[in-house]
Amino acid sequence: MIRVMLPQHLRTLACVGDEVQIDIESPVTIGSIVDGLEKSYPVLRGTMRDIVTHRRRALVRFFACGEDLSLLTSDLPLPDAVATGTEPFIVIGAIAGG
Amino acid sequence: MSGVRVLVGTKKGAFVLTSDGKREQWKIDGPHFAGWEIYHVKGSPVDPNRLFASQSSGWFGQLIQRSDDGGATWNPVGNEFTYEGVPGTHMWYDGTQHPWEFKRVWHLEPSLTDPNTVYAGVEDAALFRSDDAGGTWQELAGLRGHETGPKWQPGAGGMCLHTILLDPIDPQRIFIAISAAGALRSDDAGKTWKPINKGLSSQYIPDPNAEIGHCVHRIDMHPSRPNVLFMQKHWDVMRSDDSGDSWREVSGNLPTDFGFPIQVHAHEPETVYVVPIKSDAEHFPPEGKLRVYRSRTGGNEWEALTNGLPQSYCYVNVLRDAMAVDNLDECGVYFGTTGGQVYASANSGDTWMPIARDLPAVYSVEVQTLA
Repeated sequence: MIRVMLPQHLRTLACVGDEVQIDIESPVTIGSIVDGLEKSYPVLRGTMRDIVTHRRRALVRFFACGEDLSLLTSDLPLPDAVATGTEPFIVIGAIAGG
Repeated sequence: MSGVRVLVGTKKGAFVLTSDGKREQWKIDGPHFAGWEIYHVKGSPVDPNRLFASQSSGWFGQLIQRSDDGGATWNPVGNEFTYEGVPGTHMWYDGTQHPWEFKRVWHLEPSLTDPNTVYAGVEDAALFRSDDAGGTWQELAGLRGHETGPKWQPGAGGMCLHTILLDPIDPQRIFIAISAAGALRSDDAGKTWKPINKGLSSQYIPDPNAEIGHCVHRIDMHPSRPNVLFMQKHWDVMRSDDSGDSWREVSGNLPTDFGFPIQVHAHEPETVYVVPIKSDAEHFPPEGKLRVYRSRTGGNEWEALTNGLPQSYCYVNVLRDAMAVDNLDECGVYFGTTGGQVYASANSGDTWMPIARDLPAVYSVEVQTLA
């Protein structure tokens, strides 16, 4: 069971609390987590990545285990702590603007 | 008793303002979609309880919301706007070719006859249609595929398709406008398109009289006379009496002919409203006086409407989709400002009152007249 923390606007859209849990088959990757989120919560489709190209939205970042994982390729296995649910996978709306 | 519902899109959410036919007391409901940019909210003329809203964010992209109960509750519908085929390129700011990239929906135009059909004008400029109440969207690709497409260039706000006018008499006819490509018309329900910019003269482009490349800000028509169009161009207020085949300037005695919205009176096809803005370098009213100008002669002769509007130290703007009218016997006129005020007149513009004072910057105002 993967734990995912979503930013406020996506929590509101998906009508969920601070953290959601989704089942992901191994290997757990950024791509498979976003796939799982979009499957469980269709309203999130297109909010974290472009619907067509699957490119991460520029101001969406992915963190886990104290690391910024945003620039990892989407099919690279994530740390075991994320895969086992020990640590949450965190989706963040980047602090941008002024 | 009849009533009015005003749909307001703002930089930080949507608001629904309601009143009875007197239009004196107003109830404000919102914000809906708090924190999101709401470029446009519009109701179906066939089913007034069906509303569509464009919800977007620089962080999280584009959503479309639909309400089937007049804005009390909302549900997200389809948000997949995929250009048909290979997207191709258009002209970028530096003159190079740039791929077409979907950014957001600027304008939603529900069908005049079918509550399940709605059109979307998007950035980068294209026209989409949904026939399942927003569930899925199909591009009317003949527009973007027009031979002039590679010459289209974004304006300062992006290359947006912001105006969609459906002809109430000829269902095959659609008018659209793009900043900064210009106006185009389809006579076959969106399959093929023709630029309709003859007579526009734009000194800020290499060929002022070019077929394409004009920064059209807004077009409006009276439904009883859809061959007569009024346009607020970047500079110049224009009129066409032949469905856009030719245009002539009707700026007349306006203090400045720069501005964004243009609106035709609900019952008087020759009565037109604009909000002059000082210049494209200073997006605020001349002399800090917020004035709506009304022409009752189809242009050229304009009178300032100031009663109830701030006449000193007012430095707001009124954006292109932020003006509308109701259809009550005494036509109501409404507009919103980037300062968050929504002003209403229940007497065709003679007097005004703020019906909301401190909203986020207003992007759009639409009005529904309820039975």
